[in-house]
Amino acid sequence: MNEPVIIANKLTKRFGDFTATNEISFEVKKGEIFGFLGANGAGKTTAIRMFCGLLLPSSGSATVAGFDVFKQTELIKQNIGYMSQKFSLYEDLTVKENIRFYAGIYGMSRRLIKEKTGPLLKQLNLLSEANMLVKSLPLGWKQKLAFSVAVFHEPKVVFLDEPTGGVDPITRREFWNLIFQAAERGITVFVTTHYMDEAEYCNRVSIMVDGKIEALDTPRKLKQSFNALSMDEVFLQLARGAKRAGD
Amino acid sequence: MKQFIIFVQKEFYHIFRDRKSLLIIIFMPIVQIILFGFALTNEIKDSDIAILDNAKDGASGEIIRRLDASRYFNAARYLHTQGEIETAFKTGKIRLVVVFQPGFRAALLHNNHAQLQLIADATDPNTATTITNYAASIVRDYQSDLNLLVQTPYLITPQIRMLYNPQLKGAYNFVPGVMAMILILISAMMTSVAIVREKEINTMEVLLVSPLKPFLFILSKAIPYMFLSLVNVTTILIVSVSLLEVPIKGSLLLLMAEALLFITTSVSLGLLISNVTNSQQTALMISLMGLLLPTLLLGGFMFPIESMPRPLQVVSNLVPSKWFFIIVKNVMIKGLGFKMVWKETLILFGMALFFLAVSITKFKTRLA
Repeated sequence: MNEPVIIANKLTKRFGDFTATNEISFEVKKGEIFGFLGANGAGKTTAIRMFCGLLLPSSGSATVAGFDVFKQTELIKQNIGYMSQKFSLYEDLTVKENIRFYAGIYGMSRRLIKEKTGPLLKQLNLLSEANMLVKSLPLGWKQKLAFSVAVFHEPKVVFLDEPTGGVDPITRREFWNLIFQAAERGITVFVTTHYMDEAEYCNRVSIMVDGKIEALDTPRKLKQSFNALSMDEVFLQLARGAKRAGD
Repeated sequence: MKQFIIFVQKEFYHIFRDRKSLLIIIFMPIVQIILFGFALTNEIKDSDIAILDNAKDGASGEIIRRLDASRYFNAARYLHTQGEIETAFKTGKIRLVVVFQPGFRAALLHNNHAQLQLIADATDPNTATTITNYAASIVRDYQSDLNLLVQTPYLITPQIRMLYNPQLKGAYNFVPGVMAMILILISAMMTSVAIVREKEINTMEVLLVSPLKPFLFILSKAIPYMFLSLVNVTTILIVSVSLLEVPIKGSLLLLMAEALLFITTSVSLGLLISNVTNSQQTALMISLMGLLLPTLLLGGFMFPIESMPRPLQVVSNLVPSKWFFIIVKNVMIKGLGFKMVWKETLILFGMALFFLAVSITKFKTRLA
């Protein structure tokens, strides 16, 4: 439980003169749910993309699942799952076909895919929709399906970039139940969010302001040290000093 | 391999579930062939002609001089035997052969009647008609100049033979042209749109994070459209043979192999386009303006390349369709074998290789 799965050490990404993430350092342990908070434009997505191998860092160092983000991105890709803030299933494919496609891309065998698809559909209450096109599903269901697809191949880490945008509170709660289940199975969850009630669900939370990590601790300790009643207040106290306009 | 099969399968789901596009892809070739059934007129300048002068007298010499002096013709080769005519057409850029009978001048002066044969390469019927008309009118000019000097009119009757396409069917020209056009359109446009769509609906990001190799991604995107394009070639050939009565004179196998090579070139161009753009709209526009237009204008089947200004003639060499058009014409209409089209084949092969290499190396596995 104590081995670090993600290690970032002074990780920095510059675009020209603009420093999107500025020397961020932290460790995330196996099975942990790590909340990565920050206002729009604080540099969250840039950080996540560096961990996933979508962006090459400018300086610093980092490892994900024991692999270097500079040199071993192919190995990282085999060991992570990813869900972006924009919806990313194929709308003209059925629920089953989407599951099979993404599982197949991760090299899962046909037999294993079949074995796992049934229980997953049952868990998501999608048994009768299995052969329906994804575009006919409500957004909340799509998001839950997208998350389940992202962890279907049992990655070591799953990166979620604002996974619950535009989803109603009940579905968000259901979504987080899926996250808890994944964490119990030993999958490390790295999640960015805007919703401060979601921050309370995390084991530890980091708050980014203008590309830097300004605070990092358990939600309880953060509230204590900032003398706040809720994570909302903690966040506002920190984010008020931000100079960058949101995007 | 498993990844590849599952990806190709997914692509076919996309294709078959988009009924409208599928219908367009399948019926476009048929509609195009019907549309292009109405050929265009064109003017010919500086066509290379060959002379078989069996007379070698003053009259034949004067006619040759006049032909060569006109802006339409250029006496490029002098032949010595009847047998050389066919080879002149097959190996050179010769468009017309002028044959003088032995004793041409004598026949003209003593019988008041001499014969002259004009043999044209009629794989492109418009060009052939135009060329023979020009030649015939030059001969008539000479004749009327002669008639000013004498009382009894001298008569030269030009005898015209349309080689390879005796009935002067426009289809002999536009079938290869439509084939080049459809293939570049379907293969390049559809491939580029299919890749750019993944960027638009954000699945690209997820695919880039997955262990899928870029090479596999490109290959699985290309294969379905190559397959569809082969279906199109077959449709075009069936329509041509059955409805337009254009025969396939050469080897069908060679024709299909050349089509596959051209499809590969087009698909690689499509991949290249998808690398430089992020929206389906732009991909469409680039395909239309950058590929379809040059194919129409510089491919050689609508406007003869010979009569273009020199710089445009040079540019036309960069248009893959031009080479494919030549190949199809030679193989399908003239019935020539690989020996006669290996140069064009090699050029297409080089282009395919180049575009493919560039698009694979330029393929972005990162976002920035």
